[in-house]
Amino acid sequence: MRKFLALGILLVTINTLTAQTLLKGTVKDIKDHPLPGATIAIKDSYDGGTSDSAGNFSFKTYEKGEQTLVVTAIGYKGWEQKIAVKDSTLGFSINLKEEINEMKAVVITAGSFEASDKKRTTVLNSIDIVTTASANADITGAIKTLPGAQQVGESEGLFVRGGTASETKTYIDGTLVNNFFYTSVPNIAQRGRFSPFIFKGTVFSAGGYSALYGQALSSALILESIDLPERSSANISISPIGGAVGIQKLAKDKRSSWGVNYGYTNIVLAYKVLNPRVDYYHMPEFHTGDANFRIKTSTTGILKYYGYFSQNQLAVRNPSLDTLGYKDAFRLKNFNMYHNLAWRENIGSYWKFNGGVSFTNNKDNINGSTQDSKNSQVILEGLEYKNFHLDAYGNYFNAKAVFERRLRGLSAVRFGSEYNYSNDKADYTLYNGNKYPNNIKENLVAGFAEADIYLTNDLAAKLGSRLEHSSLLNKYNLAPRASLAYKVGKEAQASLAYGIFYQNPERKYLPSTNDLTFSKATHYIAQYQKVSTLTTFRVEAFYKKYNDLIKTSVTNNQETASSNQGYGYAKGLEFFWRDKKTVKNFDYWISYSFLDTKRDFLNFPGEMEPNFAAKHTANLVLKKFISGLRTQFNANYQYASGRPYYNIRYNNSNDKYSIYDKGRTKDFNSVSLSVNYLPNIFKKGANQFTVFVFSITNVLGSNQVYGYNYSYNGLRKQAIIPPTKTFVYLGVFLSFGVDRTQEVINSNL
Amino acid sequence: MKKVFFTFLASLLLLSSFAQSDKYHNAMLPKVAAMDTTHNIDMIKDLAGAFERIGDAEKTQWLPYYYSALANVSTGYMLSMGKMGGLADQLDPIADKADAMISKAEALSKDNSEIYIIKKMIATLRMMGDPMNRYMTYGPQAQQALETAKKLNPENPRVYLLEGEDKFYTPEQYGGSKEEARKLLELATAKYDAFKPASDIDPNWGRAMIQYLMSQMK
Repeated sequence: MRKFLALGILLVTINTLTAQTLLKGTVKDIKDHPLPGATIAIKDSYDGGTSDSAGNFSFKTYEKGEQTLVVTAIGYKGWEQKIAVKDSTLGFSINLKEEINEMKAVVITAGSFEASDKKRTTVLNSIDIVTTASANADITGAIKTLPGAQQVGESEGLFVRGGTASETKTYIDGTLVNNFFYTSVPNIAQRGRFSPFIFKGTVFSAGGYSALYGQALSSALILESIDLPERSSANISISPIGGAVGIQKLAKDKRSSWGVNYGYTNIVLAYKVLNPRVDYYHMPEFHTGDANFRIKTSTTGILKYYGYFSQNQLAVRNPSLDTLGYKDAFRLKNFNMYHNLAWRENIGSYWKFNGGVSFTNNKDNINGSTQDSKNSQVILEGLEYKNFHLDAYGNYFNAKAVFERRLRGLSAVRFGSEYNYSNDKADYTLYNGNKYPNNIKENLVAGFAEADIYLTNDLAAKLGSRLEHSSLLNKYNLAPRASLAYKVGKEAQASLAYGIFYQNPERKYLPSTNDLTFSKATHYIAQYQKVSTLTTFRVEAFYKKYNDLIKTSVTNNQETASSNQGYGYAKGLEFFWRDKKTVKNFDYWISYSFLDTKRDFLNFPGEMEPNFAAKHTANLVLKKFISGLRTQFNANYQYASGRPYYNIRYNNSNDKYSIYDKGRTKDFNSVSLSVNYLPNIFKKGANQFTVFVFSITNVLGSNQVYGYNYSYNGLRKQAIIPPTKTFVYLGVFLSFGVDRTQEVINSNL
Repeated sequence: MKKVFFTFLASLLLLSSFAQSDKYHNAMLPKVAAMDTTHNIDMIKDLAGAFERIGDAEKTQWLPYYYSALANVSTGYMLSMGKMGGLADQLDPIADKADAMISKAEALSKDNSEIYIIKKMIATLRMMGDPMNRYMTYGPQAQQALETAKKLNPENPRVYLLEGEDKFYTPEQYGGSKEEARKLLELATAKYDAFKPASDIDPNWGRAMIQYLMSQMK
């Protein structure tokens, strides 16, 4: 027995003393490119190696017999094989399959620009929006520096690729926003209502967007609000035109937060200094307030509420074109309230839910009048209609639910439904007390489904479809959407997009005596882009066909929708280049859009170039941060070629609109500058964050003409120009309790 | 005979289990020592892989994954040495790998001050890839991880080493201070003197960095 034992021990010893086995080989991808940094190991042992820059590896092992060789590499599917370790050298040639993952996979981008802090390949981040010189911290102001958007200055909204502002719809956390902009004032563009600071992500889609969004012929602006703030804070901002205070409180357990803000704006001081070309007899004055709460409902879920109200007033008068020596006066009071409740949650590891409801209440009181040289109201014969009163009430309710089921890899299906309710009441009272009440109600119900299909890491498709029913039109529409993206090289990809988009007639042209249907646009988009962390290059070509656009005629002295016989097209080419690489701390982007568009709609006598579309639009945006001065300098040059203008009048004798005069405005040029001084940036432990902002739009004082107004008889015309040639803004934002600059410059910089 | 046989069997079992943990310890010890002395980026990468393999084989030990994360994050720091920004492409995959390793370590050892030290380093590494755009996200994240590390073990000398290091490298106009750095590093030295690692393979790195930083301040 002892002998036997001794023999056993000897055997064991001999066994461990036997020669090691050398394992060597190469690791490559399926295209036979070497994979450096792959980990090669014998399962359940410590033995293994790492592949070098040529994909070669070699290591020795004492293990014997049947073993499992495991190879892993980041971004590739794991590889396993049973091997028999007995010879002194074993050779391997291993090919790994690429794993489909978000980092490497193509992203469907045709038509859309994304601004976000999270994703790596985005074009702008949220800071870019507030530091674009010409934007004045207005979201759409920054979007206008991207290709596809027009430099329309006489009215608010985004005019995209030959579309009107009403063809762009805005969504916050998935649900539609009504009255995104302040109520229109003739010839003066209004700002968006919402502060860019409440959003963490922005997607600007200039066409070909997902089936999740509808009722927009041209473009969708998709905004995502921030989740929980990093810390509690109090904020104050002061400027000569107003101020704001706010508080944001994060619960101790960091699972919930709430906040309230109030702001007051009155531009009286600015206008005293800048001497506007319009006569405000009630200075634009705004009260705005908002409140929010956010609650984490699970590790992945969050419930967010955002509520907003505003009240604003202004009154403006201009010398009348219709009768010399008199003035046209316009007075507006607006009250707006907006509530948005959004919930997102992951259900298990495969399902995701995104839902939300929003409610808007909007009230406009508008007064139009003719005033004499002493500014008292007069009613002139033949121009009586200029004295009117309009009370408009709108109630809007929107709800949306989207379910997403993850499939293999990055593939997913999404489906859900959307409901939009609107109730617009308008009471129009003429000088003589005649009332024209108007009430338009709409219940729009939509269902949609789409699938992201990743065939490989390099090829992906998004197929979707949207079905809508409008109770107002009593009609259905079915809108298919499709896009395709193919990776053509490292960081480069090509995309195609196609889609049909439907939209209801604008409410201001309703009710109509005729049977109307949806207006329709068909988009075709081809895109190439090359994106690295610090540079972005994009080129996009598009063709858009319009059908069933609304035509109008005059009924009861009102322009009303009469048919869907309008049509049109838009085609163009767009470039975008952004570079943060070439010069340190210097960032610039260039965008250029070429647009060829014609349409026949509303009161146009035939197919023609619309007055809101310029052939050439270009932007140059520069940003330079000088860390020694703790100051960021921003500059921006905007150019747009001249736009056509028309004097279109209704001819009662033949019941038709005709063009009585036309022309083209001079080219639009604007240089804007802004300086942001951050005295506490990067300062550790600083309990206060301060930003001084100084900005000037149209520094060079170029004469900007947006179009022309005509007198009712067409005998006189007057250029539409901005209220002030240049606008100067100076403000300071203080934030207490938030040290956003912790750890900025760290040990290894 | 039977008795002998069973004794033999028992001792064999005991031996093999000793041998097993001995094998682990023997494999770890030289590699842990090498972490302090290796400054070649490829060799550190090899160490990262070796630790990962030990972790995968052992399955219940957090230390191999911890060291693998540390080795990975160190290669990132070495790559970014002296550069500011523009490295996100290179640093992000490294940070992802380090993240994967430290999550595995954390699954095996919760509320561990040392693990939060690595989390702090990963957040800092991510920020270094594109500081201008990322400091608002990863700055507070790094800060928070360091605070948690301190809360979990106020005696962990590496907390004060990292604090001192940050103070040392931050330019004065942005709130850095050599004087404060010195104080923190002195505090770290005192903590190192008092610090008793749980074993000879548990974390005890960082002293050399203090000496280096101190020598730079003379």
